[in-house]
Amino acid sequence: MNSPPSAEPLLQLQDVSVAYPTASGAAVPVVRGVNLQLAPGEILGLAGESGCGKTQLLLSIIGLNGPHAQLHGSVRYRGQELLASPLAELNRVRGARIAMVFQDPATALNPYLSIGRQLGEVLRFHGGVSGREARERACEMLEAVQVGDPRRRLQQYPHELSGGMRQRVVIAMALMASPEILLADEPTTALDVTVQSQILRLLRELRERHGIALLLVSHDMGVIAELADRVAVMYAGRIVEQAGIDTLFEQPRHPYTEALQLCVPSLAGPLPQRLPSIPGAPPDPAALAPGCAFAPRCAYRLALCEQHPPELLEAEPGHWKACHYDQPLGRLRDALT
Amino acid sequence: MSSAAPARSLLRVTGLSVSYRVRVGRGRAALLHAVRDVSFELESGQTLGIVGESGSGKSSIARALLRLIPASSGQACFDGQDLLQLQGAPLQRMRRSLQLIFQDPLASLDPRMSAEEAVSEPLRVFEPALSAAERSARTLAMLEAVGLSARYLHRLPHELSGGQAQRIAIARALIVRPRLLFCDEPLSSLDVSIKSQIANLLMQLQAQLGLSMVFISHDLAAVRFACSRVLVLYLGRVMELADRDALFSAARHPYTRALLQSAPLPDPRLVRQRPAAALGGEIPSPLAPPSGCVFRTRCPHAIDRCAAQIPALRRVGDSLVACHRAEEIAAATLTSCAPPGR
Repeated sequence: MNSPPSAEPLLQLQDVSVAYPTASGAAVPVVRGVNLQLAPGEILGLAGESGCGKTQLLLSIIGLNGPHAQLHGSVRYRGQELLASPLAELNRVRGARIAMVFQDPATALNPYLSIGRQLGEVLRFHGGVSGREARERACEMLEAVQVGDPRRRLQQYPHELSGGMRQRVVIAMALMASPEILLADEPTTALDVTVQSQILRLLRELRERHGIALLLVSHDMGVIAELADRVAVMYAGRIVEQAGIDTLFEQPRHPYTEALQLCVPSLAGPLPQRLPSIPGAPPDPAALAPGCAFAPRCAYRLALCEQHPPELLEAEPGHWKACHYDQPLGRLRDALT
Repeated sequence: MSSAAPARSLLRVTGLSVSYRVRVGRGRAALLHAVRDVSFELESGQTLGIVGESGSGKSSIARALLRLIPASSGQACFDGQDLLQLQGAPLQRMRRSLQLIFQDPLASLDPRMSAEEAVSEPLRVFEPALSAAERSARTLAMLEAVGLSARYLHRLPHELSGGQAQRIAIARALIVRPRLLFCDEPLSSLDVSIKSQIANLLMQLQAQLGLSMVFISHDLAAVRFACSRVLVLYLGRVMELADRDALFSAARHPYTRALLQSAPLPDPRLVRQRPAAALGGEIPSPLAPPSGCVFRTRCPHAIDRCAAQIPALRRVGDSLVACHRAEEIAAATLTSCAPPGR
């Protein structure tokens, strides 16, 4: 696969699928055969619109999809299979080696417990340390995420903190057991723009200082561009394109990626009269067409696309795309000027 | 207020303030000043953007002007009448001219009303003399104007996607032919690919119907696309008011500059060229706003005077700016704040 030449993958997903049974019997696929790798210290962005399966994919890594989800494929952390592993084994990894940062810090924290208790809980569960050691560590972690006056914060409850502070606490909690991988699901979507830029800077620093690898889910290509080294774009449960960050932005090879970039208005450059847009709406995962799921909305559609789903193939080293159209893109960009 | 000063202004707001009585602790109440002394004008056919972070008072301005909440002081001259003084039947008539669309269409539409009922309801209220046939014809024409078809007439909100529901909300607002449309974060709950469809639709309807709009958003890029003039709010006060091009090419207020610097740039090369974002801290509690300039606790340029004296909104270059040091800052770093161009 497309592994970086040097390191062995820290996290490897192979042919991961997630489906949910419905009353009518047929299971609805929400993630369909995804392959991904994450190298130590790497930031991989997972982009796509709501309902494309990016959160479900993230949850499948740490077994949080819920009791009804049907999971297939393989998720390996340093060679250890997580997807089918017993709960006790999974619990040694999740929270400790792989930690999660949720979207909304207001609901990710327990309103009844003090910040100190919630942070300490992670270590009491994973580390078997004393209360005092846990408090010390909690203080250190709050400092690491730039929360001022950490000793006082430990006594406080979530409602006493602002949104940005709460998200810092959620990140501190994820860091308590010194994980190697952070899974971040829209970590700044609930925040104001000036606070968002602070949190993005913090995540970047965590990677630089502690070498933490990050799997960053976001619908916002701007957030992805701020952080990621590599990007995988998802549509209807599949990865449709994957490339290094600069390549993906300069030379997208999948029409969906191109459209995602162009239909966001820009803060600089010429102003278009109309924004390019993608006609239609994302498909219902319960009623997917047989061919390429993006075909009904695609400006480059070929006859072939409606029958045969394109495979994710390596178009050039490190650049993967699932699209039958082989010419350079640019029709949408041209329509702009 | 823009360069063509005497042009016809549709709406002139002067000294608008909004405050809420809130409970702080047991049995104690305090006044929260959500909007303080805000003035602006909106010319006919133009779009005014109101930007600011949550808690800055954006929605309170719209709600007060629409008389959904009381204003504590100020005037809002619309069509020769003060919106804030209207009562009874004249107020009811005025409501027809001022319509609103909300952020989350699935929350703002009645879950038990079909698209047809939702869109035609304002007609029943404002044009009760209309026959059923005329009403259906108008409803269908409106649905088509927002890019839907007869197929959608009998759908309930849960049978619509977010973009379709927002189209219904727009149709419902426009069917009575308002003159001024307030859009409160109309794109924020929509997916990227749908956002641009709805933004285009709003622009197209505005041109077709000669509509004036107040466009409230925290998304600066959307405001740049949609608005001709922009008002920047912070803790209920106006920081800067300028025409679009002036604001985005040469922002004068340190807060406007910080907002522009903080917005994520969808281009990794620009991200690397950009100076590290400057703004620390968070918006203070509106219950205890800083003395003097409300922005001073986060402002990299704050001096003693900023704590002592509230800066007046005054003209600097092409902007109206509320900053004691606007000239110095502009002279020092006129261009470095703008996001690097492509």
